[in-house]
Amino acid sequence: MTTIISAPSSLDDHTFEQIFDQLAPLPPDEKIVIDCRRTRWASPYGLTALLTVAQTRLERPTLAIPELEDTASYWNRASFFKHAEGLYDISGKLPRSRSGSESSVLLEVTPIAQTQDIHTVVTNIQTRSQAILQEKLHLESKVTMRFTMALSEVCQNVIEHAGTGGWVAVQAYKWQQRLGRWVVVIAVCDAGMGFRKSLESSQGPRPTDRWDDGMALEETVMRGVTRFRDPGRGQGLAGVKKFIGQWDGKLSIRSGTARIAVLPQWDEDVALKKDLAYFPGAQVQLTIPERLADQ
Amino acid sequence: MISHIDVSSVLKRSVCDLYSNLVTRPTGAAVRIGIEHHLDEIGDKSLAVLDFSHVGLLDFSCADEIVAKLLMQYVSIDIPRREVYFVFYGMSESHMDAIEAVLERHSLALVTQLADGDAKLMGHIDGEQRRAWEKVCEMGSAMPADFAVATGIPKETAERLLETLWRRRLIIRQESGYSPVRGATAGLSPNGLLSDDGSTSGGSGVQVS
Repeated sequence: MTTIISAPSSLDDHTFEQIFDQLAPLPPDEKIVIDCRRTRWASPYGLTALLTVAQTRLERPTLAIPELEDTASYWNRASFFKHAEGLYDISGKLPRSRSGSESSVLLEVTPIAQTQDIHTVVTNIQTRSQAILQEKLHLESKVTMRFTMALSEVCQNVIEHAGTGGWVAVQAYKWQQRLGRWVVVIAVCDAGMGFRKSLESSQGPRPTDRWDDGMALEETVMRGVTRFRDPGRGQGLAGVKKFIGQWDGKLSIRSGTARIAVLPQWDEDVALKKDLAYFPGAQVQLTIPERLADQ
Repeated sequence: MISHIDVSSVLKRSVCDLYSNLVTRPTGAAVRIGIEHHLDEIGDKSLAVLDFSHVGLLDFSCADEIVAKLLMQYVSIDIPRREVYFVFYGMSESHMDAIEAVLERHSLALVTQLADGDAKLMGHIDGEQRRAWEKVCEMGSAMPADFAVATGIPKETAERLLETLWRRRLIIRQESGYSPVRGATAGLSPNGLLSDDGSTSGGSGVQVS
């Protein structure tokens, strides 16, 4: 039996919950088709999460690609199909490769499986994205360094904690209606062990009825608890939080059945959401808005 | 003996000659081990100038592996590996961000030397220790009795303060007294209180004078 999973027309960290909702009741060996034919837009989170979905399936899934040529072309330029072809049977006509880079894609979809991948990610961001970060986001060069530090740290989380490879993508775009300014969005998704299992691997489950994915996220993100005994651990995420706070950005992390967010004033999201559909691993998004002249 | 260690060269030699960024814990651990090997070769009492001038990015995890774990072996413990003083040179604002965070986490402090030659304390240090360190810098060299007179504090307090700063390897202790830790790079001469044979040895990224 094959189950069709309908993707929404706009695929971001919020709307992707529709896909998780449809996936959660299915056994991992059930054949699925992710139907993106009507999808017109995807954020870095949408693209990287689509790849992690395939990693959770025992039966190779099928991906029906967007019918809208512009959308499919954009996904192509973001290197999505390059990786999707290794994980999905592709249904639909793949766009032809276009020469020239997409200016809003700061970092194409890139696998993270080992330390050298992070060096590659950092080098690529430094060599190719300085201009857009400075011109569109008005980030001074010292801030682009901190941005890259944050990117490095969230990528390391995959290698340190997931126990499996993940994906990263970075894109800049203008949030015309929502914020009226440019934002840069980093998404890092994996389908590994997730925050709760990572903590339990060293300390076991907490002796409390409250122990769940939400509490594991609170302990890790808000209180800096890690599975390592080394007191130096946990500084990466703390540094990311500090950078996000200084730059009026947003950090959200979904793991298991919960999602936690460090929120700026401009966002109306909830700080902690529980009882979501289960999905393994961790899905992280950082959103950094353009600096306004009076800030 | 004063040893100049180009951290970027250690990175290229220890990890990959294409890298210029200090990112990830494994990278940091490899670089720290490379630095430790150099320190093992330069005698029981030495000053190491760690030069970050050619390092691009330094992230928090790498800063913890290199800076914090290196310092913890030589300072604030009863039996350090040997008497090594560190000066951190050529650090950018973003390097300092990462290093400041890890120093606070481990209650460590270090001396950084700015491009103009001025030395500055970074990290976890209380007001009394900071004032004492600044006074030693101002005096150039001080015996506890002289320091007590200069600061107007009892001699026992002066001895305790100077001993604490020395244990943290923020000042150098010699027979002639305590003196500030300063590097010998970018044309600056060493403070003259460490034995200095004037020799220079090679080794990529390491210069010993």
